[in-house]
Amino acid sequence: MTSAQLHATTHAVTSDGVPIYRKWWHYFTFNSDHKVIGIQYLVTAFVFYLVGGSMAAAIRTELATPAPDFVTPEVYNSLLTLHGTVMIFLWIIPAGAGLANFLIPLMIGARDMAFPKLNALAFWLIPPAGLMLISSFFLESPKAGWTSYPPLSLVSGQVGEGIWIMSLLILGTSSIFGALNFFVTLLKLRVPSMGLNDMPLFCWAMLATSALVLIGTPVLAGALILLGFDLIVGTAFFNPTGGGNAVVYQHMFWFYSHPAVYIMILPLFGAISDVLPVHARKPIFGYRAIAYSSLAISFLGLIVWAHHMFTSGTPAWLRMFFMIATMIIAVPTGIKVFGWVATIWGGKLPFNGPMLFAIGFISMFVIGGISGVMLASVPFDLHVHDTYFVVAHLHYVLFGGSVFGLYAALYHWFPKITGRMMNEPLSIVHFVLTFIGMNLTFLPMHQLGLLGMNRRVAMYDPRFADVNLICTIGSYILALSTIPFLINALWSWIAGKPAGNNPWRGLTFEWQTTSPPEIENFEELPVLTVGAYDYGLGHAYTETVGDRQQNHRHHEPAPLAHADSVSPTEPEVEVAVVAGNGHEAPGNQKCPLPANPDAAVQTEPEPEIVVAAGDRPEDRSHQE
Amino acid sequence: MSSTTDLVANATLDHHHTHDGATAHGEHPDFRLFGIMVFLFAEGMIFMGLFTAYLTFKAVTPEWMPEGIPKLELLLPGINTAILIASSFVIHQADIAIKKNDIAGLQKWFKATAAMGALFLVGQLYEYFHLGFGLKTNLFASTFYVLTGFHGLHVTFGLILIAAVLWRSRKPGHYSSDRHFGVEAAELYWHFVDIVWIVLFLLLYIL
Repeated sequence: MTSAQLHATTHAVTSDGVPIYRKWWHYFTFNSDHKVIGIQYLVTAFVFYLVGGSMAAAIRTELATPAPDFVTPEVYNSLLTLHGTVMIFLWIIPAGAGLANFLIPLMIGARDMAFPKLNALAFWLIPPAGLMLISSFFLESPKAGWTSYPPLSLVSGQVGEGIWIMSLLILGTSSIFGALNFFVTLLKLRVPSMGLNDMPLFCWAMLATSALVLIGTPVLAGALILLGFDLIVGTAFFNPTGGGNAVVYQHMFWFYSHPAVYIMILPLFGAISDVLPVHARKPIFGYRAIAYSSLAISFLGLIVWAHHMFTSGTPAWLRMFFMIATMIIAVPTGIKVFGWVATIWGGKLPFNGPMLFAIGFISMFVIGGISGVMLASVPFDLHVHDTYFVVAHLHYVLFGGSVFGLYAALYHWFPKITGRMMNEPLSIVHFVLTFIGMNLTFLPMHQLGLLGMNRRVAMYDPRFADVNLICTIGSYILALSTIPFLINALWSWIAGKPAGNNPWRGLTFEWQTTSPPEIENFEELPVLTVGAYDYGLGHAYTETVGDRQQNHRHHEPAPLAHADSVSPTEPEVEVAVVAGNGHEAPGNQKCPLPANPDAAVQTEPEPEIVVAAGDRPEDRSHQE
Repeated sequence: MSSTTDLVANATLDHHHTHDGATAHGEHPDFRLFGIMVFLFAEGMIFMGLFTAYLTFKAVTPEWMPEGIPKLELLLPGINTAILIASSFVIHQADIAIKKNDIAGLQKWFKATAAMGALFLVGQLYEYFHLGFGLKTNLFASTFYVLTGFHGLHVTFGLILIAAVLWRSRKPGHYSSDRHFGVEAAELYWHFVDIVWIVLFLLLYIL
């Protein structure tokens, strides 16, 4: 029995031709397949996003009027604490880890992560920790903000605070296990033909992110252990009344939590770097600049934490150092932004779901980045510290940046994850609502902050009432905007148009296997022959496996001049190995392909692909 | 995974051996030890955080040592330190033994290491009961107990690892000269615990 026959008998196919490798209940078990774990992360994180979003809606409802009339100030404080914690530790960080889980092994041509069981453990730590955290709301809820500064955190809502600490320790452990896996996988499990400088940029971003997690998260764990001792045993590490020092907690907390900002944004930097070239059909501009700037951001991100503490009695000379270091971060970040803009410059841009959110990401993130540079300046920060200007800034970075980036990534890789396309009109509705809602909610907050409205307070001066009402209306639009996405995702997952292996005609490895990817990812491990971003460079552009397999399978007249130069029975892998990096001559023989095209014929009956792929404008433009 | 998928995995593997064996599943150079090192690096960062916190407390507290802390006795912790450092050399003998396929040697040296580790913990506990200050006495006392206690926890975990290796080594052929990741992992962890203690000892007793 050949492997081809074996493959043909091991999985079911839906009536419209999408392969099924997993039963639905696999996703509710301790499964060590990185693809299952990736989906588990993403879905769990999105559920927590809805929880955190409901809290945000409650906060904004309370702030619609100056008086605390919707919830009591105590409940308001609990809400803002849990909103921040849930969004950071249960939505953005796990969602980034989910993307990385699904994509890294596929992108580097590995069959799974380095430590699959540890990977599953990392995921399964999250649901109990998340439920613990949310349960604290119904006990004696934590009220000290997501930063949990002592001494406030030691005197208000102690039971909830204890649960908060425990929950964060578990989530931190999960995060460290995940990062360890990404780090080892990226460094040790790439196919031999892929050097570090051939990795897709998402992989570079995850390498930088993992390093930050491995350096920063343990220090947070240390701080939380000491805080836990103060809270539960009654020591006085951070309690000034017992001879402790509260500012030391701030240093330890921000040593992790400033890099955490980059842990939340770097994966999406990487995702955007992969989404833009595919849809713009252009090579990435400045591959190495974008790749290494991720590392530069990681390094600089570790030495700027005290800019969160300019008003905490930090000495002037130290403030000067942190101010300058913080401003320098704008340089590698700016390099990325210029790289992205230059990538899409002059491209034929389709305004579909992934591209709209990717462009939205760039523009919104730039606004957040600029207000970040403003906040880095000590004299400015002293005035707006703890005002809504900071809230506006962080939401432009984390919502306009991370969440937009996550949406772009989800729209881009949804066909690979599920084997089905998402509905395009609905994704446009989703983007428009999100974009309007986000700007309506957070743009006016800049003004509120400059006028001196304090954050984290349930009541405010009546003169801010009108602008706050605008923010609240915007937040409702934002809440509404998730509905078209949810409908789109659920409906498309069940009944969307089959996507085929490579609906966007991407060149990275994840597009060279089935959608959804088969068990162990590749029938034959791919060999790197074309660069990840060689769009528009002639030879590479026409050589995606999708094209080849269709040609072989259907024996149709080849749409490309040289496509029939390859015999369908000849394994090409050996040719490819000999051919080295394959940039010199045109020809199909240098594709990362299964050695046996017949196997592909038997396993992937996807008649729709031909139409789908041929329909796209870039196909037409290239055939000219 | 079902048996059919396992079959596929194996078939795929065979396929690889015939074509480009270098990329086949399971043929990556062993990266597990690298994984342990990355993990120990993260562990080390917790200690780094706690050490830095201790140094900062020391630097910013006006009166250090705080009142009520007698001069720390150096004899017992000194002996303890010597035991722990020596145990690192002892456990390395086990590594040498298993590389010669000497299971009895491996067991002998691991048992000796475990005994030394246990002795260290007993000495530590003895010191706790004779120090004259408690966990909540003052800031120094709190950091002293949390740092040494956290390290003691790691020694305990190292002992569990050693016990696990000893348990597994009873089965003939479980460890051999070319297949003994568990031995190396336990050894590496033990060295880590040792190095952390040296830093800890210098910080708390000497500086």
